Amino acid sequence: MRSVSDMLLKDKICIVTGATRGIGLAIAKFFAAQGAWVFVNGRDPQRVNEVVAELNASGGRADAFVCDVADPNSVKLAYKEFLTKSKTIDVLVNNAGILDDALIGMVTPAQIERTFSINTYAVLYMSQYAARIMAKAKTGSIVNLTSIIGTNGNSGQAVYGGSKAAVIGITKSLAKELAVSHIRVNAIAPGFIDTDMARSIPSAVFETRVASVAMKRIGTPEEIAGVAAFLASDLSAYVTGQIIGVDGGMLI
Amino acid sequence: MSQATLIQCFAESLGIPAEQVTDELQYNTIPQWDSVAHMTLIAALEDAFDIMLDTDDIIDMSSVAKAKEILARYEISL
Repeated sequence: MRSVSDMLLKDKICIVTGATRGIGLAIAKFFAAQGAWVFVNGRDPQRVNEVVAELNASGGRADAFVCDVADPNSVKLAYKEFLTKSKTIDVLVNNAGILDDALIGMVTPAQIERTFSINTYAVLYMSQYAARIMAKAKTGSIVNLTSIIGTNGNSGQAVYGGSKAAVIGITKSLAKELAVSHIRVNAIAPGFIDTDMARSIPSAVFETRVASVAMKRIGTPEEIAGVAAFLASDLSAYVTGQIIGVDGGMLI
Repeated sequence: MSQATLIQCFAESLGIPAEQVTDELQYNTIPQWDSVAHMTLIAALEDAFDIMLDTDDIIDMSSVAKAKEILARYEISL
């Protein structure tokens, strides 16, 4: 029987993408506090190293995993570097994402390419290598960040919604393909969460969004991190292929 | 030594006798070398030679001869 004081992720080796701010940073901090060895991903080496230093200073264990997740070659090189530090991965959190909304008549091909590259293709690039490394140890958990916009759709968000809906298809397919290797694959669908991304929308829209949440408040990144830790940990050992909404009862 | 390791990787991953592991043996020409066994083989080669194969090389590894050619690029002499 697990005691309450046990760390959920003790000695688990975890890669968190987009971990220098927002939900990714909250996940990296919470995982480190739960005993994980956290590999912090971001594109900017300086920012990544700042987060790594912060986690190490607060008693956690962290290392850098610098790459552009949307660039397959950059991902490959980062994994090669990672393998010099660790031969195993217990958890991959595919969190990195961007929001760049426009009405369908005004969406540019460059916007579509960039959004899908970071929100969708990156999940595949990162999972390709992680799955191979996890399969050798016959254990692992991949946690993808989708969105309530991916599950429900929203006006003006065809590109973002499409890129996040694709993550659900990836999650469910990988869960089936990798179950034989004891790798679990799940996704979290956050609702309206207090990050730079949420704060980037016009204030009138912000108020409307909060009003659409049954709990009448915006969610915190830490509330996503808690569910990510559950999916990363052995508490969810028999959970795979699931999309868990963390949205305070948001209607959209 | 490396040649023997390579043959052993193929034989164990595909579940075939070592004698069957010849340069001419090709992917998907025997029931034992399907896509699932291929990924097992890749893992075995990576472990045995302590390398990380590129995705392109995994896809290109269509025969034993091709595997030798690819591994040579990772500075493994066979």
